[in-house]
Amino acid sequence: MSITTYELNHLDHLEAEAIHIFREVAAEFEHPCLMFSGGKDSIVMLHLAAKAFWPARLPFPVMHVDTGHNFPEVLAFRDQRVQELDARLVVASVQKSIDEGKVVEETGPRASRNRLQTTTLLDAIEEHRFDALFGGARRDEEKARAKERVYSFRDDFGQWDPKNQRPELWNLYNGRIRQGEHIRVFPISNWTELDIWQYIARENVEIPQVYFAHERPVFSRDGMWLADSEFVTRAEDEVVVTRKVRYRTVGDMSCTGAVESEAETLEQIIEEVSATRITERGATRADDRVSEAAMEDRKKEGYF
Amino acid sequence: MEFLRFATAGSVDDGKSTLIGRLLYDTKSIFQDQMESIEATSVQMGNDYTNLALLTDGLRAEREQGITIDVAYRYFATPKRKFIIADTPGHTQYTRNMVTGASTADVALVLVDARHGVVEQSRRHAFLASLLRIPHLVVCVNKMDLIDYDEKAFTAVKEEFRSFAMKLDISDLTFIPVSALHGDNVVERSINMPWYEGSSLLHHLEEVHIASDRNHIDARFPVQYVIRPQSDEHHDYRGYAGTIAGGVFKPDDEVMVLPSGFTSKISSIDSFDGPVSEAFGPMAVTMRLTDDIDVSRGDMICRPNNQPTSSQDLQAMVCWMSETSPLSPRMKLALKHTTRSSRVMVTDLQYRIDVNTLHREENPESLTLNEIGRVSLRSTQPLFFDEYRRNRNTGSFILLDEVTNATVAAGIIVGSGT
Repeated sequence: MSITTYELNHLDHLEAEAIHIFREVAAEFEHPCLMFSGGKDSIVMLHLAAKAFWPARLPFPVMHVDTGHNFPEVLAFRDQRVQELDARLVVASVQKSIDEGKVVEETGPRASRNRLQTTTLLDAIEEHRFDALFGGARRDEEKARAKERVYSFRDDFGQWDPKNQRPELWNLYNGRIRQGEHIRVFPISNWTELDIWQYIARENVEIPQVYFAHERPVFSRDGMWLADSEFVTRAEDEVVVTRKVRYRTVGDMSCTGAVESEAETLEQIIEEVSATRITERGATRADDRVSEAAMEDRKKEGYF
Repeated sequence: MEFLRFATAGSVDDGKSTLIGRLLYDTKSIFQDQMESIEATSVQMGNDYTNLALLTDGLRAEREQGITIDVAYRYFATPKRKFIIADTPGHTQYTRNMVTGASTADVALVLVDARHGVVEQSRRHAFLASLLRIPHLVVCVNKMDLIDYDEKAFTAVKEEFRSFAMKLDISDLTFIPVSALHGDNVVERSINMPWYEGSSLLHHLEEVHIASDRNHIDARFPVQYVIRPQSDEHHDYRGYAGTIAGGVFKPDDEVMVLPSGFTSKISSIDSFDGPVSEAFGPMAVTMRLTDDIDVSRGDMICRPNNQPTSSQDLQAMVCWMSETSPLSPRMKLALKHTTRSSRVMVTDLQYRIDVNTLHREENPESLTLNEIGRVSLRSTQPLFFDEYRRNRNTGSFILLDEVTNATVAAGIIVGSGT
């Protein structure tokens, strides 16, 4: 940052905006909570939250909606970060929702727990009386998200109504809700994938190894490399091969694809991301391929 | 790298989406899978050409109706700057969405169809840009290809626009003749218009000087959150967290806290990364004071010799955004200004302004959706503000409906008193 000219560079700008949002929510809501998936965006979110309240601890818990289909490296990483920050961790389990008969497991080779998460999430929100949930969604990820507010209002059913969003002016956020309603808050709305990586490099933020190129047994489906794991049923013609891959996004093992890559360092990742011609969700998310408006439809039901 | 936010407004036919599409396409900011997806959708919808508007119109309803309903944010970068585009709809019925997109913009882009000249919509957009004090206004005279790149036509539009803009408060006005469809003067200088000596749109956006648009004179720090760790290590720590809303703060500066009026000194400005020697907008920092005085959220830290206006009565321009109930005198609303929340009553509605003609209608009964007017408000507690034209952070507010909780107005402070 240049002191003499009173200008902030773009990462400082984005960081300041996110910190402002974290503090505003902490000041105005009774039971906020940070949704943490172990993905790079939520890792950056945790880093920003720590900065916003330093030298105090996070004034809210961290919640993980656990599909039971996670990358083991990511779970280990989650526990380590939570311990370092001395934060409270709440785990909402999709398996538990299945066991209790609240949702029914999909079957077949394309089965995914992606959609089931919504029920588990909404139940956890009710159980813990969360009124504001921080999420790491970015507007550059997906066209429905490009339209979403920083404070995204949800009704009693957790639904998003894209046609009836509150206008959001300057940096003045409307946090008024009724009992039973809640908001989702997206402090890194204005960040792009490249910003995230540049920030991770600048701040030396630690991230799970799955983001760096590594050898992994994978099979090809819909033009993506999926990890061979106990959570996925392969069709007969889906043959497992070993490839050098890395993940651009990290979600469920059953629906997150890897990309072939040689990028073993942050610098190489930044170079790769700068040159890529495919969006990260386009390259790696089977869940968005259901239809043109798959994300909008899931969000209306209460998805992240 | 610097950041620039710009807002565009336009309707279906003036080529706004094509222009944005062109900027994104020519700066290689459209990804292959996005392009394939909109190509497929264009074919499905029976369009003759790839409809670049589909890049920004992401909602089902927008695609079905072929219009932009809500603000869409798009991102692109060049080696010089990072850009955020707030792409907003142009119709009168979406004035509130335009105001939303424009509220944070450094530059406003207004499109004028070279064949039609300055129309009602261009005037409305220019008025909103001036009302919201967007520091730089760029008028793109589009579809130059359809009038044989004629310099005279361009000059005529320019003069017509200028004479209208004289009535407005616009400090930096730039005209660029473009053809969004063919890319003339969008990213590269056009070879079809040798008579035009200015820069291309992208070059202008990369170079326009925005560093001095922010107020670095009047020190303003609205206290957002009090940090008290309550841990053994930081037992007595008490820091005031917030975002600098104006001016520059340094350790040892003498400061005053409003509303108490107590003075103290800044003992340190803290951040996770270490002490800060100078804090300025829009940095988010934590301040500590040498004296143990009562400071809480909603208070304003400033300089004893440079204070904001402190008053319960304010004069403001408001853009009304409620679909259900109109604004009328005696109405009570919740207000949010900086980090301070209050209740206000509308004590007077002086006039309504016709956003197309700038005509003032005195003493109207009410303001309905998308209407802009001048009001007097009385607050239950004092507010610490500056005129919006002096400081966008301390001169803006929102009004909220206390029953529905909806955001019903954007407000711009023009003065104090009744």
